[in-house]
Amino acid sequence: MRVQQSWLSEHVGELPSAEETAEAFVRVGLEIEELHAAPEITGPLVVGRVAEIEELTGLKKPIRWCQVDVGEPEPRGIICGASNFAVDDLVVVALPGAVLPGGFAISARKTYGHVSDGMIASVRELGIGNDHAGILVLPPGTAAPGAEARPLLGLDDAVIELNVTPDRGYGFAVRGLARELACSLDVDFPDPAARVVVPAAEGDAWPVRLEDQGCLRFVARRVNGVDPAAPAPWWMQRRLLGAGMRPISLIVDVTNYVMLELGQPLHAYDAARLAGPIVVRKAAAGEKLVTLDDVERTLDPDDLLIVDDSGPIGLAGVMGGASTEIAGPGEDGRIDVLLEAAHFSPPVIARSARRHKLPSEASKRFERTVDPQLPPIAAERAAALLVEFGGGTIADGRTDEGAAPVLPPVRMPLNLPDQIAGIAYPPGVTVRRLGQVGCRIELATGDDGRGGVIATPPSWRPDLTQPADLVEEVLRLEGYDVIPSVLPPAPGGRGLSATQLRRRAVSRALAESGFVEVLPFPFVDPTVWDAFGLAADDVRRTTVHVVNPLDAERAELSTTLLPGLLDTLVRNRSRGAADIALSTIGQVVLPHRNPVEMLDPAVGSRPSDAEIAQIDAALPAQPVHVGAVLAGDREARGWWGPGRAAGWADAVQAAVLVGQASGVQLRATAADLAPWHPGRCAALRVGDWIVGHAGELHPKVVEALGLPPRTCAMEIDLDALPLDESRPAPRVSPYPPITVDVALVADAGVPAAQLADALAAGGGELLEHVRLFDVFTGEQVGEGRRSLAFRLSFRAPDRTLTSEEANAARDAAVAVAAERHSAALRG
Amino acid sequence: MTESTELVDTNPLHPDALAAAVAAAVAAFDAAGDLAALAAVKPAHLGDRAPLLLARRELGSLLGHERADAGKRVNAARQEAQEAFDARREVLVAERDERVLVEETVDVTLPWDRVPRGARHPVTQIAEHIADVFVAMGWEVADGPEVESSWLNFDALNFGKDHPARTMQDTFYLGGNETSGTVLRTHTSPVQARTLLEREPPVFIVCPGRTFRTDALDATHTPVFHQVEGLAVDKGITMAHLKGTLDAFARAMFGAESRTRLRPSFFPFTEPSAEVDVWFPEKKGGAGWVEWGGCGMVNPNVLRNCGVDPEVYSGFAFGMGLERTLMFRNGIPDMRDMVEGDVRFSRAFGI
Repeated sequence: MRVQQSWLSEHVGELPSAEETAEAFVRVGLEIEELHAAPEITGPLVVGRVAEIEELTGLKKPIRWCQVDVGEPEPRGIICGASNFAVDDLVVVALPGAVLPGGFAISARKTYGHVSDGMIASVRELGIGNDHAGILVLPPGTAAPGAEARPLLGLDDAVIELNVTPDRGYGFAVRGLARELACSLDVDFPDPAARVVVPAAEGDAWPVRLEDQGCLRFVARRVNGVDPAAPAPWWMQRRLLGAGMRPISLIVDVTNYVMLELGQPLHAYDAARLAGPIVVRKAAAGEKLVTLDDVERTLDPDDLLIVDDSGPIGLAGVMGGASTEIAGPGEDGRIDVLLEAAHFSPPVIARSARRHKLPSEASKRFERTVDPQLPPIAAERAAALLVEFGGGTIADGRTDEGAAPVLPPVRMPLNLPDQIAGIAYPPGVTVRRLGQVGCRIELATGDDGRGGVIATPPSWRPDLTQPADLVEEVLRLEGYDVIPSVLPPAPGGRGLSATQLRRRAVSRALAESGFVEVLPFPFVDPTVWDAFGLAADDVRRTTVHVVNPLDAERAELSTTLLPGLLDTLVRNRSRGAADIALSTIGQVVLPHRNPVEMLDPAVGSRPSDAEIAQIDAALPAQPVHVGAVLAGDREARGWWGPGRAAGWADAVQAAVLVGQASGVQLRATAADLAPWHPGRCAALRVGDWIVGHAGELHPKVVEALGLPPRTCAMEIDLDALPLDESRPAPRVSPYPPITVDVALVADAGVPAAQLADALAAGGGELLEHVRLFDVFTGEQVGEGRRSLAFRLSFRAPDRTLTSEEANAARDAAVAVAAERHSAALRG
Repeated sequence: MTESTELVDTNPLHPDALAAAVAAAVAAFDAAGDLAALAAVKPAHLGDRAPLLLARRELGSLLGHERADAGKRVNAARQEAQEAFDARREVLVAERDERVLVEETVDVTLPWDRVPRGARHPVTQIAEHIADVFVAMGWEVADGPEVESSWLNFDALNFGKDHPARTMQDTFYLGGNETSGTVLRTHTSPVQARTLLEREPPVFIVCPGRTFRTDALDATHTPVFHQVEGLAVDKGITMAHLKGTLDAFARAMFGAESRTRLRPSFFPFTEPSAEVDVWFPEKKGGAGWVEWGGCGMVNPNVLRNCGVDPEVYSGFAFGMGLERTLMFRNGIPDMRDMVEGDVRFSRAFGI
């Protein structure tokens, strides 16, 4: 909402500087969007009367050579590119020597074959609005030629642009803003609505029938014989300009002006174009309406309509229809105007405006609630302005169907504001402040003997429904700055949870081992699943869909962290990074196979445990995953020698590291899962339970996604890892170990981990550690076989082992390996 | 006498002979240029066949006091030779050590960054920092899902079904259509409701997390961002407590001199509501105020919706954007740096 400071001071008296006025608004909760300082214009700026117009011909665009009377003996010749004015019109002329906003210096200059001795200015050039469609034409009689234009234009007047929060619909009008300002400055506020005299009227102005609860009140007033060609007075136009609106015609300008002044949106019908009674009802499915903007709109049964015998003539509270718009004067040059001032149910208008994407000045106000007492007042005010500036007479009758809703009183303990603020306000503050915002106050003593307040909110404050709302009024008007700063007594916290600690440990472990954390978006293009080579029935293809994505191609929530990581890898690569190791930790979204229905319980009390459980069950599973990708060298080339390319083993090791940081030993087993290389993919297991995969990506995936060759990746479901909160302490033997090396020859297909498991199983209690230290293939061990060398470390808890004991244990270990995997000791 | 003179000349126990042997040994040791040379001359003067050792064998041929005197002389001479050896060895060892250490000197400026250290995203780091600040005050950290029910994201938090505040949140709707009841959470506030539904007050929690709004990515907006939510519900919680907590939070984030101020505002889930500004000396462009987040006293409707009696309990809540906090705290000029995942950006923040 934009408003000129002078308009506010008309209601609250003299104001401090624009900055201080803005500050006063901020103090009571109105955010300043922008403070538009008065435009800076120096030099001669005068009113001129167009005396002659010569249209220059043979040019690419219409250009006028005008003689303009600026109160001097001779008119000045001025070139002008606009065509929206006629001889005798009053315009604003910047004479040579003037400097317009933005440092635009005016001088006499030769152009189009003439010396242009000044400039006829537009609203935008003068810095008082955005309109640049033509030059500014002042209404006749506004001033004499040669008059100083500055005071006329209000060039000493700042425009304050405010952000009105959605609970304060009344802030969309000078009436409401002035009231807030008066509260903030603690000055008297005479309500401008109270100044409008609404005389008693007999009979209806027009027959109106309300058929739907969406319209609670409908007031109509008729003004006959208005001259539609009469311009709105300059002061009114200037205020509209300041508010960011374009003056159009008297009738439109008056309805807009009254809306800005009081807050009540008005609609003006051409009474001659109305057919039969006005009815307010819901739309029928498929019904159509051409709105004022000449767009045909298909209506929804939830849309509230204004109709007459001809059908829909307006989308209630949102936009009028084209068919009953003020067209032009009748035969006598006059027009009969029927003014509508209605009160609509906010949600109905909100839905309609959203549905048709028509956030109009009217809907913006109606959806935030307009004072329901305003319709007769606003209609009367508009009618009087029409008569004053457009002639005609107000017809006798007034339609007033429906009634203003009554706001229930709110009861609260007198000291509740003090209690909530944590401060003792001076006595009387609560009553005074609530009175200031317009509440009617009664004091009452409660059953418990405590003093209470019964506040009946004013009609424009339907947001005051509970004690907390009254508390806010007191606190904000007294100022938040008087509230002290006190730390609440510390509760006994339990510290971070095991899950939170684990996530931190994993995050740090990966970073310490060289991975750079990134935070990719979860939005994914489903074609990535094809690039990943996922089977048609792969569960990862089942995603949650985003109805209104920012990027239509990425309208799914990813079921894995890899697409986002690989995107980021490609981006880094394109920026010249060669050796890349990225990681991320985040939720993935896994829809349930058989989703339960989402619940939407009523508010006002806690939903039942069953309802809460159903809400949770209806949400997709969202486990926290950790993922990592690698490309290029894992170990850099340097003076020590060549680099080492990142490989499948680095990905598996990263996964194992995640397990270690979580206190879980992950076991790798061979796996074949897209998008990994079928021969270089490990499943990571806790026991037999698979918690993730790691390895090198499939060459086709690498190609399809434009990845560096041999890109590797891992992803682990962190939530699937058991939380290991208390680990048993080991017994640390003080006796020396005996280490024995064995080389086992087995089929090349026997996984090293299984051979190690067999050795561990056979080694018995004395075996402390098995470590693979060499892998050998070659002629000596035979085709299709390989030799794996292990170091076994034996130790007893209570004595120094003899070599006989160690050898016996080694033989037992080898025996199990031989039995399980036909492994033989290498000779 | 001639015989006796000969005897003197050849008697290894004679003081002169002993002195000569010692002198020869000392000369030989001193002449040795390194440890190897020293070791090479050692047997000739201190070995089994060296004159001083041979002299010792002659003692057996003497008797009584002669033997005792001669024994003393031999021992003294031998000790003198040994000391000369030890002294020379000490010198040579020192020389050797010095030379070798010089020879083994390396260029310690050579890099050894075979596996460079990684980095963690500054958003993660600041989220942990904030969690630590509040855990230190006795609060706990709560988490919640990013795909959330409309009921928890809006209704439970007192957003009316058609209230304009709901459309102001620029929501990503999920599922078949906008009424499927599932959204990407637009704020971390549903975690407030979840926590209150789960446990009895007192509740003092912070919730850092990822949130979503349909803002196109530009220098100051991102559709995916992070917030931290704070919630305190207990008997007798006041707005003064909110202020105290925010001041403590600000000091932890922006230094001991920083402070906050509240401006009245509107949020459906708080009443009274306020915007928080923070003042701190290190603000880019000089000490001053910056908009930091929103806060207020928990709206009694929210408490009711979560089964908490507002006649007994009151509470406050606050929420701040982490990216925004980083931007003005660390002087990050462009939001895109935080979402693009360029490793050079995260690396600058370490781990």
